[in-house]
Amino acid sequence: MSQHTDSYAQIRNNPKFQSLIAKRNSYAFIMTALMMIVYYGYILLIAFNKEWLATKMGAGMVTSIGIPMGLGVIVFTIIITVIYVRRANTEFDAEAAQVLKEAGK
Amino acid sequence: MKTNTKYILSGLVALLAAGAAMAAGADLGNTTKQATNWTAIAMFGAFVGFTLYITKWAAGKTKTAADFYTAGGGITGFQNGLAIAGDYMSAASFLGISGLVFANGFDGLIFSIGWLVGWPIITFLMAERLRNLGKFTFADVAAYRFAQTPVRSFAATGSLVVVAFYMIAQMVGAGQLIKVLFGLEYTYAVIMVGIIMMMYVLFGGMTATTWVQIIKAVMLLTGATFMAVSVLLQFGFSPEALFAKAVEVHSKHDAIMSPGALIKDPISAISVGMALMFGTAGLPHILMRFFTVPSAKEARKSVAWATTWIGYFYILTFIIGFGAIVNLVQNPGDFYVGGEIAKGLKGGGNMAAVHLSKAVGGDLFLGFISAVAFATILAVVAGLTLSGASAVSHDLYATVFKKGQATSEDELRVSKITTICLGILAVVLGILFEKENVAYMVMLAFAIACSANFPVLFMSVLWKNCTTRGATVGGFVGLIAAVALTVMSANVWEAVLGNPKGSAPFPYSSPAIFSMSLAFFTIWLVSILDNSEQAKKERALFPDQLIRSETGLGASTASSH
Repeated sequence: MSQHTDSYAQIRNNPKFQSLIAKRNSYAFIMTALMMIVYYGYILLIAFNKEWLATKMGAGMVTSIGIPMGLGVIVFTIIITVIYVRRANTEFDAEAAQVLKEAGK
Repeated sequence: MKTNTKYILSGLVALLAAGAAMAAGADLGNTTKQATNWTAIAMFGAFVGFTLYITKWAAGKTKTAADFYTAGGGITGFQNGLAIAGDYMSAASFLGISGLVFANGFDGLIFSIGWLVGWPIITFLMAERLRNLGKFTFADVAAYRFAQTPVRSFAATGSLVVVAFYMIAQMVGAGQLIKVLFGLEYTYAVIMVGIIMMMYVLFGGMTATTWVQIIKAVMLLTGATFMAVSVLLQFGFSPEALFAKAVEVHSKHDAIMSPGALIKDPISAISVGMALMFGTAGLPHILMRFFTVPSAKEARKSVAWATTWIGYFYILTFIIGFGAIVNLVQNPGDFYVGGEIAKGLKGGGNMAAVHLSKAVGGDLFLGFISAVAFATILAVVAGLTLSGASAVSHDLYATVFKKGQATSEDELRVSKITTICLGILAVVLGILFEKENVAYMVMLAFAIACSANFPVLFMSVLWKNCTTRGATVGGFVGLIAAVALTVMSANVWEAVLGNPKGSAPFPYSSPAIFSMSLAFFTIWLVSILDNSEQAKKERALFPDQLIRSETGLGASTASSH
């Protein structure tokens, strides 16, 4: 680690690094919270209000509201993951590369 | 047909070898043996022949410990995403979830959602940090700034315990499945899986294991897509029409459109949800896949692809379950014991997807799906064995016993010896547990992963005040709590130990909500009480660890070939 000490100190003191991790951590935290709200919200809905989930989509239909909602949770899970990865792979990675470049790496 | 003959023959040779080794194989397990299905056996033989050919190619590329553990770090994000999906889409999730939908409709959907929601959590919190800090195993990450011996010993224990429970469930599943899918004996399956899996791992290491997973994932996704599209085609691609027919013919009628008995009390529901959500982020065979890609960018792409494929697959299993309702119930003569619906499906409730494959694609497609279902177990077991072998050779042997002084050759040799030991152990345990109830084992593996491996990994990477003492003590406390509470729950206390119904001291379906919280609390408490010199040093190392985990500075790169 010794030959890196200078670059580590430089990165630590670079405000861009501080703002990058603050931004990324709050983004990851919000996304995690969203996922947990959607999933546990659905589970608690099942635990406490089965009747509502069994409501039919429309008159004369058999499909209940709970089914598109459940499939929606699956689709939401995929979409939220892809959205995070796209932002991290472009914006965050570019900023991290900039921080490394300024540290001479 | 001529080229196929070779593969069929190689498959038969493998089967005969297994048969000769274990001639006395009469059994009375949980499934009933069906008529020998030669199409399925031939197709499985073709799969084995092809994957062994790939293993031969991979063997030429597996020269160092890095090749063995991580395929030299040269897998792309897309490939790794398919391989992760392959690791995760087990026979239990294919046959089990479609069987659950077939039996209860809606409730099957709840289960598949639970299996999926761990992936965003891995993506947001773990993927790039794992890739930036780790090299071969998740212990590299957990022990990054800590005393190696205690944290590695814990991580290796956590890995091996999870691998053992997961493996027993897979081996017993293989034995039960072969009776209904191929019409062969239980012990054949267990020995055959043991031998073929050892060949993949021993000779081809991570390269072969990854490609076996990719091939299997593509076959499974293709087969499941074909089935779901066939079903939707019968109803002009109208889900409403499919559901309407299912409600009409299913014995539970409209009840299959609403949540039933799966979620009983909210605490169990949340607890099972936590085990699935955070357990996924603590499974050693999944975590080690993050070291097979060259960068954090590719690691993130891997999870995005894996989540997409797994989510897509679960939507397919839901359609397949409903397709099975409408197709099988109307032809009881072909699919039910004695042609009577009351006596249940031939081969048991998990066979819904397999029977549906015959209904929509005839005997040839039935053979294909049966072969895929069995290949699934084989591939998952190979992945588990590889991660178990890495825990022993990289964490215990190279780091704990040799204090980091082992050469790559030594480490590789120990991995291979461990692979053989684990293979033999898997076969022995598979045979020992044949008549045992193993239904709780996969959930127990998830409970341990979320209560021991995940908290240690999370706190060591994200909390600066975490120390060796806190991580080790907290990790073991979580592990013991998860096992103890599972033993005291109805799934083991009543169903396995035979105590009277209602006597289980722990009333919930999963320990996760308690054992995981306890682990986090213990790590926190022991760490803040730790004022040793070592603890001060470890806290001082956090800023540098943070820089590496966030920027990838100094992260290990792909080995050059």
